[in-house]
Amino acid sequence: MLFTQNKPIEEVLESLGTEKNIFLLACNGCAEACGTGGEKGLSEMGAELEKAGKKITGTCLVDFLCNKVLVTTRLSREMDKIQQANSIVVLTCGIGVQAVSAVVDKVVHPADNTVSLGGLAGLWPSDERCQACGDCALDYTGGICPVTSCTKGLLNGPCGGAADGKCEIDSEKDCGWIKIYERLEKVGRLENLKKIRTPRDHSKMLPSEQLRKTSFYDIETKT
Amino acid sequence: MKLIERFEQGKFVITCEVGPPKGIEIEKVIDELEALRSKVDAFNVTDLQSSVMRVGSLATCRLLKDRNLEPICQLTCRDRNRLGLQSDVLSAAVLGIKNLLCLTGDHPKLGDHPEAMPVFDLDSVQLLSAIKALMDGKDMGGNDLEGRPPDFCLGAVVNPGAEPLEPQIMKMEKKVEAGAEFFQTQAVYEVDKFAAFIEKVKHLKVPVMAGIVLLKSPAMARFMNANVAGIYVPDQIINELAGVAKEKRVEKSLEISARLIRELKGLCQGIHIMSLGWERHIPAVLEMAGF
Repeated sequence: MLFTQNKPIEEVLESLGTEKNIFLLACNGCAEACGTGGEKGLSEMGAELEKAGKKITGTCLVDFLCNKVLVTTRLSREMDKIQQANSIVVLTCGIGVQAVSAVVDKVVHPADNTVSLGGLAGLWPSDERCQACGDCALDYTGGICPVTSCTKGLLNGPCGGAADGKCEIDSEKDCGWIKIYERLEKVGRLENLKKIRTPRDHSKMLPSEQLRKTSFYDIETKT
Repeated sequence: MKLIERFEQGKFVITCEVGPPKGIEIEKVIDELEALRSKVDAFNVTDLQSSVMRVGSLATCRLLKDRNLEPICQLTCRDRNRLGLQSDVLSAAVLGIKNLLCLTGDHPKLGDHPEAMPVFDLDSVQLLSAIKALMDGKDMGGNDLEGRPPDFCLGAVVNPGAEPLEPQIMKMEKKVEAGAEFFQTQAVYEVDKFAAFIEKVKHLKVPVMAGIVLLKSPAMARFMNANVAGIYVPDQIINELAGVAKEKRVEKSLEISARLIRELKGLCQGIHIMSLGWERHIPAVLEMAGF
């Protein structure tokens, strides 16, 4: 289980810019449970986008967007509608966005922020792909997470340490930023890298104030 | 003296690197620099270079300053969060340091404390922006500084040997936008490749200092080729060094570096020499290069 919150609609619209035709995709797993995805998320986001003058070329609900095989099979049936779109808006966690990016050569915009689990790890118990940073950056990095794929979590591009596309600390590990660069080049969005990204707000990674009032929130049964 | 003043005077600027010791006997490190006093414009003091724990840059810079040697204080994002970095920037100003070189920093895994927590709260671009804000009297929290703000010349680094090169250049552009006034590069051995890099960044109109690492042996060259990102010593240079008797190696090495400096001189606005313990040979290299 991963927890998500809807990004403010203004942020989604800003990242869409002048893109008119949008394919809308939502996860029916954790995001549905959080009320940020599922049927509800699809219809709410669809309405917001149409209100903003966007055209929805198609919508799709996938049970678990974190499952690449499931995403591939399900989206293969929607390829026509996806091709008609300038980009895809996805209501899901950071892993779902990365899974979609990995299978479709289209620009993918996250519509949710993944936030702290508050101790409840579930279907994807590891943070190797999504650290629930609370300020999803996958939009400008082409669906590859700079926080988890770059060993230093850099937000403004690669350090000088990569060799042959691999990280300075491990010659078998991909340099996340070279992957991001290649991906953005492929989808024609290299200009995303020109803007200086401001430092992260680390407080967004914390569990909610409510949960943090007790030391053992994750093992207490009180409701 | 701010380094930018030297560039503005049209001078070909020469800097060299100083690695503080692992231990407190710093006098001999600084004594060695005396021979360079009139040859070098400023000294870059490294910030725990290669992630190896040692004396810090700030204190060493101040000791150089006390001897009337101009320091450039290196600042990496590896060990301090934004509080620590901003505080050290203010400390640098208080200590009279005028030049800061901002870098990401090597990962702790590459050093002698591989189990350390890597910080990287800021990256090099964000660090430059933060210092620029301090120079305008504001900290990252948006709070006003009391009294007059600090004033620095800010430098940054770029790796012209990186492949692909474009992401490096995009980041270099951001560094200029964030406030970098000059650049130092990773070691250069391929003049043609460097020329192509310079062509690609000339629109930035910012002084670039080519990195020069003195080759101590053919083995060192091969080691760098295998282990240091963005450095490639061509076989021709390695063979040239390997082709002379051991007792002639030093002379040959200096000759190679001097030749590189002569070839690079027309392409850039300065050189940055990383001598790695061979500080005593720098005057000879510079003389052979025509300085």
